[in-house]
Amino acid sequence: MNAIKFLVAAYIATWAIHFFYMGTLVTRFRRLQKQRKELGKE
Amino acid sequence: MKRIFPILAALTAVFLAYATYRNLVLAPTDALQGDVYRIIYYHVPSAWTAFLLFFINFIASVQYLASAKPSRQAVAKWVVIAIGVVGVVATFLPQVQGQLKSIGMRPSAMTTTVIMIPLAYFLIGKWFSRERLDVLAVTSAEVGVVFCTIVLVTGPIWARPVWGIWWAPGDIRLTSTLVLWLIYVSYLLLRRFSSSAQTQMLAAALAVFGALDVPLVYFSIWFFRTQHPQPVIGGSGSMDPRMLQTLLISWLAFLCFALLVCWSRFRLELLKREVEELYALESLGSAAEVKASLPLQRSAR
Repeated sequence: MNAIKFLVAAYIATWAIHFFYMGTLVTRFRRLQKQRKELGKE
Repeated sequence: MKRIFPILAALTAVFLAYATYRNLVLAPTDALQGDVYRIIYYHVPSAWTAFLLFFINFIASVQYLASAKPSRQAVAKWVVIAIGVVGVVATFLPQVQGQLKSIGMRPSAMTTTVIMIPLAYFLIGKWFSRERLDVLAVTSAEVGVVFCTIVLVTGPIWARPVWGIWWAPGDIRLTSTLVLWLIYVSYLLLRRFSSSAQTQMLAAALAVFGALDVPLVYFSIWFFRTQHPQPVIGGSGSMDPRMLQTLLISWLAFLCFALLVCWSRFRLELLKREVEELYALESLGSAAEVKASLPLQRSAR
């Protein structure tokens, strides 16, 4: 059974989802920190 | 705390790498499925982590709703104690034990699940203030959705070579998991797009109803005939001890990872609320400035 590609696909998909989510967290964190800095200046 | 985070992140990365090495190299190959069965080491720990996070979301939401009034809090406390006591006593009754065994469930698995409810309720209530309970609820729901997404993605990828189909339409395990995912996605959408003052209460109420789907997903393979295999822990399914050990190590690694992600998301939510408060203060300040300038404008006229 040539099923190894499914195994690889499942592992890649898992980490792709995790890295995508962590990327959104980092982006949101940076945006909020920037907003806080700007509000602090005002 | 800021210094601990990178150290914990590095340790978790090493642990995850070791778990993946065990999954792919050290764990024995399955006689029937071959190497593709190794998807279990990501699929099942992701499902357990998602269930745990939705359970935390449920407890935090109940605590949040209960903490609105002291009388409600007292009632909730006694209800939770009653659930724990009745649940534990029931699992020792021969009739209940017989019924559990007839569906292939070990009574000890049921006892552990029942004890978790009051334990988590009191621990979470002790550690988190009312405002932070809401932060914990949104954090656990969002990270839970991520893990549930992985379950829904890796499941069909595993099903295709083993069952010959991507999805078994009408299968209760698969459908209830999809419904669970949809409920928590709607929970997150409600929180994201509703600006009502009642949003937190509404979301908490939705979370309580959403959590009712978790036991349905979990127990569906015991009560219904499904395409999905029987559970390997606490049920009638069995597994090679080396495979089981690898599975538990993989789950532990994913739990550490989930904890770190939840920690980051928790801090993000606190920061978001701080920024919202600053915006509110700023708009109040500018409104006060406008108000103060109004009599001057009138007198100028």
